[in-house]
Amino acid sequence: MRTMLLSILSVAALLAAAPASAQGKLTIYTYDSFTADWGPGPQVKTNFEAECGCQVDFVSVADGVALLNRLKLEGASTKADIVLGLDTNLTAEARGTGLFVAHGATPQVNVPGGWNDDMFVPYDYGYFAVVYDTEKLPNPPASLKELVEGDQKQKIVIQDPRTSTPGLGLLLWVRSVYGEEAGAAWEKLKGRVLTVTPGWSEAYGLFTKGEAPMVLSYTTSPAYHMIADKTDRYQAAAFAEGHYLQVEVAGITIAGAKNPLAEKFLAFMTGPGFQDAVPETQWMYPAARTDKPLDPAFDKLVKPAKALQFSPQDVADNRKAWVDEWLAVMGR
Amino acid sequence: MPGAGNSGHSDFRTAAGIVALAAISLLIGGAFAGLIVEGLRDLSGAVAAFDPYMLRVARFTLWQALLSTLLSVVPALFVARALVRHPHFPGRGLILQLFAVPLALPALVAALGVLALYGRAGYFAGLLSMLGGDTWPGIYGLSGILVAHVFFNLPLSVRLFVEALQTVPSDQWRLASQLGMGARAGFRLIEWPVLRQALPGVAGLVFMLCVTSFTIVLTLGGGPRATTLEVAIYQALRFDFDPARAVALTVLQVTLTFVIVFVLTRLGANTAAEASLSVAPRRFVSAGRGETALNGALIALALLFVAGPMAATVVAGLQAELGRLVLEPTVQSAALTSLILALLSALLAAALSMALVMARQALALRPAGARRPLLQYATDTGAGFVLVVPPIVVGAGWFILLRHVADVFALAPVLVVTVNAVMAMPFALRALRPAYDAASARHERLCAQLGIAGWTRLRLIDWPSLRRPLATAAAFAMALSLGDLGVIALFGSDAVQTLPYLLLARMGSYRTADAAGLALILGLACLALMFLSTRLGKASDRKVDSVFG
Amino acid sequence: MKPTANSPAEVRLNKVSFSYGEAAFEFDVTFRPGRITAVMGPSGSGKSTLLNLVAGFEVPASGRVLIGERDVTADPPAARPVSMVFQENNLFAHLTVEQNVGLGRSPSLRLTHVDRTAVAGALERTGLGGKGQRLPRELSGGERQRVALARVLVRERPVLLLDEPFASLGPALREDMLELVAALQEERGMTVLFVTHQPEDARRISHDIVFIEAGKAAATGPVGEFFGEGGPEAFRRYIGAS
Repeated sequence: MRTMLLSILSVAALLAAAPASAQGKLTIYTYDSFTADWGPGPQVKTNFEAECGCQVDFVSVADGVALLNRLKLEGASTKADIVLGLDTNLTAEARGTGLFVAHGATPQVNVPGGWNDDMFVPYDYGYFAVVYDTEKLPNPPASLKELVEGDQKQKIVIQDPRTSTPGLGLLLWVRSVYGEEAGAAWEKLKGRVLTVTPGWSEAYGLFTKGEAPMVLSYTTSPAYHMIADKTDRYQAAAFAEGHYLQVEVAGITIAGAKNPLAEKFLAFMTGPGFQDAVPETQWMYPAARTDKPLDPAFDKLVKPAKALQFSPQDVADNRKAWVDEWLAVMGR
Repeated sequence: MPGAGNSGHSDFRTAAGIVALAAISLLIGGAFAGLIVEGLRDLSGAVAAFDPYMLRVARFTLWQALLSTLLSVVPALFVARALVRHPHFPGRGLILQLFAVPLALPALVAALGVLALYGRAGYFAGLLSMLGGDTWPGIYGLSGILVAHVFFNLPLSVRLFVEALQTVPSDQWRLASQLGMGARAGFRLIEWPVLRQALPGVAGLVFMLCVTSFTIVLTLGGGPRATTLEVAIYQALRFDFDPARAVALTVLQVTLTFVIVFVLTRLGANTAAEASLSVAPRRFVSAGRGETALNGALIALALLFVAGPMAATVVAGLQAELGRLVLEPTVQSAALTSLILALLSALLAAALSMALVMARQALALRPAGARRPLLQYATDTGAGFVLVVPPIVVGAGWFILLRHVADVFALAPVLVVTVNAVMAMPFALRALRPAYDAASARHERLCAQLGIAGWTRLRLIDWPSLRRPLATAAAFAMALSLGDLGVIALFGSDAVQTLPYLLLARMGSYRTADAAGLALILGLACLALMFLSTRLGKASDRKVDSVFG
Repeated sequence: MKPTANSPAEVRLNKVSFSYGEAAFEFDVTFRPGRITAVMGPSGSGKSTLLNLVAGFEVPASGRVLIGERDVTADPPAARPVSMVFQENNLFAHLTVEQNVGLGRSPSLRLTHVDRTAVAGALERTGLGGKGQRLPRELSGGERQRVALARVLVRERPVLLLDEPFASLGPALREDMLELVAALQEERGMTVLFVTHQPEDARRISHDIVFIEAGKAAATGPVGEFFGEGGPEAFRRYIGAS
């Protein structure tokens, strides 16, 4: 038994004590579904290592929020050169930590509404959407208004904005459509909400188990089912008011500012070596040029009439008040 | 029963317990220290934590936990009794092993299993709709929370009560059947005294587990009206990164739990049962036909309730490409990591709880003048309160504390093992204590008289009679760490990628079939460990290696 | 210095007071060295408590317990020159007969050749020859108490405390055991304190009687005096002789 413990410890120590010299090594903090076998991580690592002749080390945590917390905990002593996996709801807060530096480039990116940020570079984006089961719901809501005011017997599973990114997404979506009337809208929507889960996984699990005909997810979710499962059963409902946009970004830390590979990686990230891997691993839209055309399934996805978005600063300033308002309505 | 007098052994055991308590306090205290140092910069969040909303949350937390405890523990009393009364009930051993599996299932898997039966699209939905005359609304809300909590905690309580009942010496059973005691008298005079002694501990344990429920409460609760303090703590640390608030809420959670559990403990009497050498094989229980039928039905009902969601998990899992999954290197290494971590945690948990149990008994045997009731309480129920300190708090606290002095990544496996072991310790404690106390009642004077103390006593006297309960304790701990996610999630997946972690990651990337398959593998791994621990507990039963060669 | 069985030791309770719950005890009594003293008295009078005080399972609130010349009041049970046989629970159920006896030599069961020989001899002496490998559950009630006596032999302590060890045995078996105790006492010259309810037990093997009543040693003296016409009134009432 002792040998087992020793072997774990030594493996862990090896992982940690790998040569720390910046020479030829890039450390990227990201979330775990990025580095997973089925995520873009392995492909990205191979491609970039071939290009730079260096070594890429991923360190992964649960999700974007955990990523930012990890960075805050480590502070200036962080080992991360690049942090990859924050979304635009987090960038204002990330900027506030003072742990990021400007990238000093004009990346060739293509995201709805254009891109103008001196610190963070996008690598993919997607739209929140209500995904529904065509076998249970032949007539899905055609707008957020219809969702809010529709048949209370047709339930939806949503996520908690206190604990999950899509949950916060829906909150912002309703806010951007209803403005000050958001509270009243939630009051009505409440009757349709089957349950509020802590994260996306729980909600989507309930949905695919048939517990509810609708779930809050992404417009790109059906692409997975069409390509991997070969089924058209699950579709996203197009909403007339437009869909809330989520953009995922990466940035260079103050530690990475000293590592020339960091700049190189951001340039690589907005090229085909990275972008080609995005659609069918992240199930999001690539944020820059790809060499490979998108799978035809992506053409069948809902194309939002309008991309809705608050500025990162607005989100940072109002998130707490808006979540509290939501809680006051939903918690009654 | 006379005490061990002024025996030196009492000091050895007390010292062991104090060392264990110190280790546990260090783990929790260190985490708090880390968070407080970080949180001192901004105390406004901590002060603002005590608003009417949080009080509502606290009320709901305690209310659902109390109900869950009641619904889990009371039926468990009777199921455990039925199982002990019918040692030849078909599949009894398997049932007891199955009853450890829910502990190892991640809450999400269990929630989906429960919903597969009682959800809107569950197997029973048609029937329930017919009975109700309307579309079955599912069990979202308090009822869903309760069903899921009972699914977790009823089998746990049954196993702990069975452990307690097995300390009843065979003479008493013989006496009972000789005196023609009916089921009711037997329960009142023989089983209830033992159960009553175990009750506060088991109820306290279940209560604490339910207090800290997170995923179950949110997923099945039907909305943020069903929110526990644990959710608020998680939110404070993860989204708001407000350590002061997290500490304040944790202290609130621990304090409230303490008050309730303290009241529970008061309800239990400290009636040390007369135990004597059980040299004859037991099983002189004579149950009437009516009672046999009733007990059979009781066991079957409990089994159905517990096995139902598990069966649903199995059915879902069988639809996955199990062959491919098992061959994936990622899955294999995750399984290995899980097993190693679980084994190490189990060993540590067993050692910790053994030390605490020994110390508690040694303190209890002290003459009236030398009692230390507070220390005694700390070695028993007191140590259990670590359960209501959220792992995320421990993890974050130590992270803050260690980040400047050590490589936190390298320490991650150590922290995972330690936290899991400490969180599993209260379970192991419950499994061990009845057996140790009973053995002590038989051996205490003899050991004192012959001067058998310290390690010798542990090796020669306590180990043989504690093998089986120790195996049970370790099994609990293994199951628990096998399913654990709390600490691992915080440290990131690189150093320690376990099966549940992988499961949730697959689930989070649309791979629901893979996740279901992994849940099945996890359940099987847990069951395998249960078989193993049962075997280890039985091996060379009652006979130590001959020193006479 | 450890007193051996060869030098009989006096057992003395010098103004020993002790209380247990509501019951209070006050013992001031001496047991003659190398003799068997029957400790008799009504249930609850304090017979077992007296033995527990000598054995060290209970610690007096005041007063002193002396064995031979030695004050053992503060000694832990194992350090006292005393062996004790209880009514039950004298054996560890998972250890063999040999091991149970061997514990009397080494509490960690590290036995030398000499120890083993002593164990074998003690088993032979107590009529357990050939049963060394059995587990307690494979023995009769009488045999189990013989194992306990065998352990007393290998421990070689000058004082033996018997707390109704034969109460659960049949008359013939009890007689056998009494004979054995008497013979062993004779051989080893031990000071024996023997709690019993049976006047004939006392009459058969003991030299002295200590009569306990309401937490006090009410009367002491040689057996003959106790059972004669001039015996203490309370004792005669107790055995139903007056």
